[in-house]
Amino acid sequence: MRLLTGNDLPTGDVVWWTGSGWSRHVEDAADVGQEGEAILRREEGARRVNVPYLIDAIATPDGPRPAHIKDRIRALGPTVRPDLTLRPADPAAGSWVI
Amino acid sequence: MVDAPLRFRDDEPHDEPAVTLDAFLGQSNATAVRLEAGEDARALLPQIGQIALVEVSFPSFRDGRGYSAARVLREAGYTGELRAAGDVLVDQLPLMRRCGFDSFAPEAPIDPEALQRSLDRYDYRYQPAADGIVPVWKLRHG
Amino acid sequence: MYRYDQYDQAIVDARVDEFRDQVERRLSGQLSEDQFKPLRLMNGLYLQLHAYMLRVAIPYGTLDSRQMRMLAGIARDYDRGYGHFTTRQNLQFNWIKLADTPDILARLATVQMHAIQTSGNCIRNISADQYAGAAADEVADPRPWAELIRQWSTFHPEFSYLPRKFKFAVIAAEEDRAAMRLHDIGIRLVTRDGELGASIYVGGGMGRTPMISHLVRDFVGSDDLMSYLEACLRVYNRYGRRDNIYKARIKILLHEIGADEYRRQVEEEFLLVKQLGIDPPRAELERITAMFAPPAFDPAAPDAVDRSDPDFAVWLDQNVAAHKQPGYAIVNVSLKPIGGIPGDADADQIALLADLGAAYSFDELRVTHAQNIVLPHVAKRDLYAVWRRLTKAGLAEPNLDLITDIIACPGLDYCSLANARSIPLAQKIATRFADRQRELGELKLKISGCINACGHHHAGHIGILGVDKKGTENYQLSLGGSGAQDVSLAKITGPGFSEDGVVDAIERVTDRYLATREPGERFLDTYRRVGFEPFKDAIYG
Repeated sequence: MRLLTGNDLPTGDVVWWTGSGWSRHVEDAADVGQEGEAILRREEGARRVNVPYLIDAIATPDGPRPAHIKDRIRALGPTVRPDLTLRPADPAAGSWVI
Repeated sequence: MVDAPLRFRDDEPHDEPAVTLDAFLGQSNATAVRLEAGEDARALLPQIGQIALVEVSFPSFRDGRGYSAARVLREAGYTGELRAAGDVLVDQLPLMRRCGFDSFAPEAPIDPEALQRSLDRYDYRYQPAADGIVPVWKLRHG
Repeated sequence: MYRYDQYDQAIVDARVDEFRDQVERRLSGQLSEDQFKPLRLMNGLYLQLHAYMLRVAIPYGTLDSRQMRMLAGIARDYDRGYGHFTTRQNLQFNWIKLADTPDILARLATVQMHAIQTSGNCIRNISADQYAGAAADEVADPRPWAELIRQWSTFHPEFSYLPRKFKFAVIAAEEDRAAMRLHDIGIRLVTRDGELGASIYVGGGMGRTPMISHLVRDFVGSDDLMSYLEACLRVYNRYGRRDNIYKARIKILLHEIGADEYRRQVEEEFLLVKQLGIDPPRAELERITAMFAPPAFDPAAPDAVDRSDPDFAVWLDQNVAAHKQPGYAIVNVSLKPIGGIPGDADADQIALLADLGAAYSFDELRVTHAQNIVLPHVAKRDLYAVWRRLTKAGLAEPNLDLITDIIACPGLDYCSLANARSIPLAQKIATRFADRQRELGELKLKISGCINACGHHHAGHIGILGVDKKGTENYQLSLGGSGAQDVSLAKITGPGFSEDGVVDAIERVTDRYLATREPGERFLDTYRRVGFEPFKDAIYG
């Protein structure tokens, strides 16, 4: 599957395209399929999200898993500070990244 | 360029089209010349007295060679029009003014209000440059 | 230390106003990201993996307690309670919101701080010897010269869009504690016929093509310094490569035209520039120098230290350095607790350091390029009290220059340029070697998460470079680098390793060292004596 991601302009937060808007949670990310380029261009024009880009991901029962480690770290947060990730209470969160 | 250049000079705009450096060096009577970013401004110095307009090209706002070209020309005593042309952005104009540019032909329009704020913002400068502003160290020590 | 006058303050205040204007234009959509990026970078604002990152300038690594306390406050109020001290002696906040940055800068300006030119293709924050003003081996305090250069380079009209970033380091001692030879321009203050002047080294750097700088001029007097540097930069700005950002640093220009040709061009330019009257009068250097006058040391301060607490004695021997003033010492505060994140400090720790600076170090603190903190002027009679308070705060790891005192860039946990994580590897190495670190002696280990070399891996006795190998993290090991006065570039050992694999490989290297070393030899000395091959055999054999 293909995901569209970027960083929110005013906050810098990592965000994912949900099909109708942007979410901080990769679980909400929609498969943009063939539409990716068109949505990317439109969202670039809207200037709400910084440098949006398309990535490959794998669909899993727990939601999309980005193919590259960099985007998995973006999705979760720094692996060396579990307390600052989006899943601070989940001790297994770090292993999802690796 | 559709719009007239943004000028910080009182004299009439020079209307002879600028020739390339090569053409200028081969044709002794031209009075306007265009320098590309990588070209040596010092090549103009032997005939600097006959030039009324030097246009310096900024192919990208990231390419800062033109700032040195301007300094070299002003330091050699050039007093004609010195124009920055190309990818020239509002936040760069104050630095360009300091280097001696007094005319601008930006590719994209410049918001006049943002430009005025930008030009008025700093009361003090650390370095002397081509604009005659008195540097802070001179204010401190006279 | 340096204090702003009305002019310095007006300039920094105007910069806050300017950046507020730029941020507003960006948030309103008037500026595209492509247009805004160079503007925010020139004010130290990056967009990293998870958020904006703001790099605050700490000129020549010197700050006072009020400034340190302000950093703690910003960590609490605008970040997530911590900051990261960098190899350029600056501090980075990792979780900044774009809309907050003008307010943060306004608060910094109230304590004479800013983020000016901490990024971008301009002259960056000037770094210096962290022992300046305290070291016995310096000919003078290098910081007044660094401050002169700071002012000259701030918003320099000609050199704000250079081919690439440009880094200065200034030292004044034989011992190089600032990696001076690995900067675009390195300056060592020297005396000649009783006059103080600068030896100018040009064209050093790390990155993907590491190079050691060349001595371009052995003596420039203070009256000519600005003209000479202006000439150095002008030659670079005119002729440095613009076609390829990986070949745009000044080191490549020197490599391509040769140091002799570069020197010839600079001297020619210098003759012209010198006529322009751009050098401040000597009174300006004197004005600045007066602000760096030594503090009011107690001439009767006792030299003896009670070493009866064995843990204190270990720390004393490892982290405390000799001071030029009898009865005083230089305290190195390690930001490398075993298993911790190199260079990170939380707001409480930063505030404590501010308190200790105020109470015990004449209100002065330093940041080191090895990502530690220095209390430069501590009376020996206060050392035990300082150590007790550092210990309570987890800041007294006695590991200065040992294998666990690791320089590491933020790596793939934070940085958008990184290819691999640096911090988890640093944590594993520190944990593995904690029990053996003192037996191994001085061993500088440096980790970069990508080829840009922010973690100084080329200058590590042991260096590690993280790379991306088909989507997984892989680590290349190198040996034999040094950023000190015995400067050298590390050599890659061979094929890379997994994270655990590289820790094992380092152990084979240190085992070989212990088996091979002669009395008194550091790892680097043994490596230089026996050469690369025995270690390569140990790793891959």
